Amino acid sequence: MKKSLIVTMALTLSLSLAACGNNTNNGANNGNAAATNNATTNNTASADLSGSILASGSTALQPLVDQVSKEFMDKNSGVSIQVQGGGSGTGLTQVSEGQAQIGNSDVFAEEKLDSAKAAELVDHQVAVVAMAAVTNKDVGVDNLTKQQLVDIFTGKVTNWKEVGGKDEKIQIVNRPSSSGTRATFEKFALGTKTEDLEGSIQEDASGTVKKLVSETPGAIGYLALSYLDDSVTAVKYEGVDANVDNVANGTYPVWAYEHMYTKGEPDAATKAFLDYMVSEEIQNGDVVEMGYIPASKMEVKRDALGNVTK
Amino acid sequence: MKKSNDREVATPHLAEEWVGKVYTFICILFLIITIFSMVYFVASKGLSTFIVNGVNVKDLLTGLKWKPDSDTPMFGALPFIFGSFSTSILAAIIAAPLGFCAAVFMVELSPKLGRTFMQPVIELLAGIPSVVYGFVGLSVIVPLFRDLFPGQGVGIAAGSLVLAFMILPTITTIATDALASLPAGLKEGSYALGATRWQTIYRIVLPTTLPAQMTGIVLGIARAFGEALAVQMVIGNAPHIPHSLFESTSTLTSAITLSMGNTAMGSVQNNALWSLALILMLMTFVFVFIIRWLEGRKKL
Repeated sequence: MKKSLIVTMALTLSLSLAACGNNTNNGANNGNAAATNNATTNNTASADLSGSILASGSTALQPLVDQVSKEFMDKNSGVSIQVQGGGSGTGLTQVSEGQAQIGNSDVFAEEKLDSAKAAELVDHQVAVVAMAAVTNKDVGVDNLTKQQLVDIFTGKVTNWKEVGGKDEKIQIVNRPSSSGTRATFEKFALGTKTEDLEGSIQEDASGTVKKLVSETPGAIGYLALSYLDDSVTAVKYEGVDANVDNVANGTYPVWAYEHMYTKGEPDAATKAFLDYMVSEEIQNGDVVEMGYIPASKMEVKRDALGNVTK
Repeated sequence: MKKSNDREVATPHLAEEWVGKVYTFICILFLIITIFSMVYFVASKGLSTFIVNGVNVKDLLTGLKWKPDSDTPMFGALPFIFGSFSTSILAAIIAAPLGFCAAVFMVELSPKLGRTFMQPVIELLAGIPSVVYGFVGLSVIVPLFRDLFPGQGVGIAAGSLVLAFMILPTITTIATDALASLPAGLKEGSYALGATRWQTIYRIVLPTTLPAQMTGIVLGIARAFGEALAVQMVIGNAPHIPHSLFESTSTLTSAITLSMGNTAMGSVQNNALWSLALILMLMTFVFVFIIRWLEGRKKL
């Protein structure tokens, strides 16, 4: 009696765990189901797309690609898309070596790969991400000029009272020096690369940066617009507020393209997915609701060397 | 009854023996090939920083500035080496007395309570994932240190405390085994001479089991040395040698996890991270060597 009771309990437990796991793994399950469908439907000549796509790279872009890929797979059951993170550098390496069909990146490929490899990749700019400097709520500063930001991040200014805030030591919460977000911030907000100062804190995840800035008195950091909320104060840059309209018309310069690179021209399924990403429906739907800015909304363009044209 | 005069000759089970031998041999070969390939891969990528990119070995090991992405890249890994060693050793200093006292409690003071209660607790501590430790450290320990002590809250102190909790099960388990294998006659002789319980523990048990406990402590240090995620969340990650226990610093492991995904394979920044990994791997070899030497001593 005891043995069968234990067996029943074990079965019930594993079934309920599998059921719980199912909800969060729906994406992977869909992907697997589509993959098995793929094997059997490949023989039947159909007008539907089929193929499997691996998109890996930037974690800043990952939530958007993940959500859009699920919608794409619902519409095209013959395609299976897997989205992974790993960072912009990993994404570019994998697409350049052929392990991934799409490489998600926050930076232009020329900045991470050598020019020969970068020349093989085709760039698809699917969204724009903007970032704002944020401070802890008790600091009391709502605008910082470029020079003040540079002084803070290079260590010349160490107390908030020197830039109009409370008498409090400045605590820098930075991203690692190889991060694409930091590269964008340094290039377009500061105009110069900064060193890692003694006493600065570095965290790799934007979520952790937000947590530290909101809890540490006197902290300053920078986050993508999609991360901003009430727990931190967003600071104006040169008097310009960090919002979507100011980025689109070019008055707020701290932004970067989100790239999805393919090696050469993409195959049919990948091309259809990329076309779907830049379609009106997604650009004005998912892109906006997840905190990015549609590439089509931008009134200014920027190339790999940083030249801005209207 | 006719008995056969031929003795039964044992039929040689050649096929079975061969199958067994070949199968075991293949498994061992697979294991050895995997380990050698991993060592070779890390070594080749780590050494390519010096061979292909022309970085000086001495500069890497003793340099103080780590700026791989600046216009004049500098690769000085001394802050990371210092951070790794200081957090691991400090974690062992915190955890060793705790582990020993827990072991004494489990073996000497109340074995029954120890077996039913303390043992599962220790095993639970060992089973908690390291990212949970890091998150709890970031949410609880760092604000606590920021309020209690002058400084940023992050730093070697927070890192060592988190690591101490992580290596406590290792140290306790080995200390318990060491105490349990002590011959009973030793303690009884001590009591017969009139020593109190605490005197026996302090003067007889501790010195006798010290070699075995050192094994546990070195094993704990090795584990703390290799811990990446939990440390990265509470240590601040500024690539500098700190001036206090509560200032942001970095370790070899946190430097790798922080920048790994942002670098592209083949670039000098990536190769520099592989060099840090090579240093970590060499330190692991050193720790294993030390542990085997300690075990081999086996006196008393």
